[in-house]
Amino acid sequence: MAHFVIIGAGECGARAAFALREKGFGGDITLIGTEPLAPYERPPLSKAGTDQAPEPKFIATLERYPEQSIDLKLGTTVIALDPATKTVKLSDEQTLTYDKLLLATGAAARGFPGVDSTSLRIRVLRTHADAVALHAALHPGRHIAVVGGGFIGLELAATARIRGADVTVIEGLPRVLKRGVPEEIAEAITERHRQEGVDIRCGQTIEALQEETDKVVVRLAGGEVISADLLLVGIGALPNVALAAEAGLAIDNGIAVNERLETSHTDIFAAGDCCSFPLSLYGGRRVRLESWRNAQEQANLAAANMLGESAEMSAVPWFWSDQYDFTLQIAGLADDAVTHVRRDLDDEAFILFHLGADGRLLAASGIGRGNAIARDIRLAEMLIATRAHPDHAALAASSVKLKSLLAA
Amino acid sequence: MSNWIEVCAADAIDEEDVIRFDHDGRTFAVYRSPEDDYFATDGLCTHEKIHLADGLVMDNIIECPKHNGRFDYRTGEAKGAPVCVNLQTYPVKVENGIVFIGL
Ligand SMILES: Cc1cc2nc3c(=O)[nH]c(=O)nc-3n(C[C@H](O)[C@H](O)[C@H](O)COP(=O)(O)OP(=O)(O)OC[C@H]3O[C@@H](n4cnc5c(N)ncnc54)[C@H](O)[C@@H]3O)c2cc1C
Ligand code: FES
Repeated sequence: MAHFVIIGAGECGARAAFALREKGFGGDITLIGTEPLAPYERPPLSKAGTDQAPEPKFIATLERYPEQSIDLKLGTTVIALDPATKTVKLSDEQTLTYDKLLLATGAAARGFPGVDSTSLRIRVLRTHADAVALHAALHPGRHIAVVGGGFIGLELAATARIRGADVTVIEGLPRVLKRGVPEEIAEAITERHRQEGVDIRCGQTIEALQEETDKVVVRLAGGEVISADLLLVGIGALPNVALAAEAGLAIDNGIAVNERLETSHTDIFAAGDCCSFPLSLYGGRRVRLESWRNAQEQANLAAANMLGESAEMSAVPWFWSDQYDFTLQIAGLADDAVTHVRRDLDDEAFILFHLGADGRLLAASGIGRGNAIARDIRLAEMLIATRAHPDHAALAASSVKLKSLLAA
Repeated sequence: MSNWIEVCAADAIDEEDVIRFDHDGRTFAVYRSPEDDYFATDGLCTHEKIHLADGLVMDNIIECPKHNGRFDYRTGEAKGAPVCVNLQTYPVKVENGIVFIGL
């Protein structure tokens, strides 16, 4: 009987295992994950709404794995991969032979250079265990410093404020969310954080970080010193490629795969945060997406192709973030946009449509309370997928339903 | 036996659209399909309890506004990631241009 092995029991690996069964695969499936917990969703880890000691939000109940005949090996790391013999070696000394292999190893949070990963007061946020340690410090009277004004840092800053802690965010670039978020939206978010009392410092370089017994001291290049009870380092994530690289697979900002998620080696696929792939919707440029829905979509695509289909990645990149009562959603990639059209909705909500030189809709990003922007972003996503060249006036006028543009 | 509760005028729901209906401390989503049939489900997504009526109806699918979880609103069936729990559905009837939901 065919044996499919999936390395990485995260969003992508777990979804791929279930997708294989949904698509009718009757062979053996082994899903291997380093973490001790059954696969869970990471997005709630940084967002308010979770309790002081957050409960993991599981992707599926533990019983579903045996029900679906998925052999879930937790607390187990794959330490070597040999494509020549089609085997993987596990930390518990077992060796498994695979017919098809999926690498869904995800990414790891980047630590601050020179800081020991065992530091108790200087931490990153990637796993449930990280979240438990962090949330314990979110109390009135505590001071949390966040290095990095990206999504994880800002979401955690909002959560810490909601829980009553004092928060300082230190960002090296001139503004927060420099990567992938237009200035107007980043400004709206910054403004909201300031209203809530978060101290956001942009354009600040950290000269030194020092952990003392009861605090962390951050020395800024300008000479200023900030001391905090806890410091979260939110400076991005790096794809987990070591296993693939040692096995000789091509690496290019992640495990390099083609549009079908095949690696440079036969019968080995890669999907989710760990891989980079060519996105035909944007001229075949190679991207690596660190997004939850991408992990789900690629899980499905990888499962289909492991079963012999030849499906290509066509989905529009999509991302969301929650901070306070605001939700931000971004569909598409705006990098090559030359024109931006703004659509104002009710209640402080607005959407920016990003258009290319030829008038093609490349991306849409929006922010608003609750789900004020959700429908329009979803419709924009469909317009992006069809490579539409929508009329600017229609995009700007909130009285014009985007659904009507789709039909046009 | 269903207890029929009045929801709204039939034309208050656009074709291929959804509205939110609150009754007795509960919230529902009431749909009009492209074929002009009416359906009702629980109003909250089974992923994170978000109001489905803010979502988008396409054919026989309601897409949750929060993370685009999909359900067939005729049967309540969850259609893939991220949701895996189905929605409860309720009978609907239209009489004299008024929509009723059976609770
Ligand atoms: C705090 C936080 C908040 C987020 N919020 C959002 C959000 O709001 N919106 C959004 O779109 N995305 C968000 N994301 C991103 C999203 O969670 C990721 O894109 C998604 O989890 C990627 O899934 P993955 O399966 O590819 O990787 P991961 O979730 O990283 O899973 C990979 C798993 O593989 C395991 N592994 C690695 N190497 C090995 C090995 N050799 N052997 C065995 N196991 C191995 C790892 O331990 C890990 O459990 C957030 C991420 C974090 C951390
Ligand atoms: S809340 Fe509906 S899909 Fe997540």
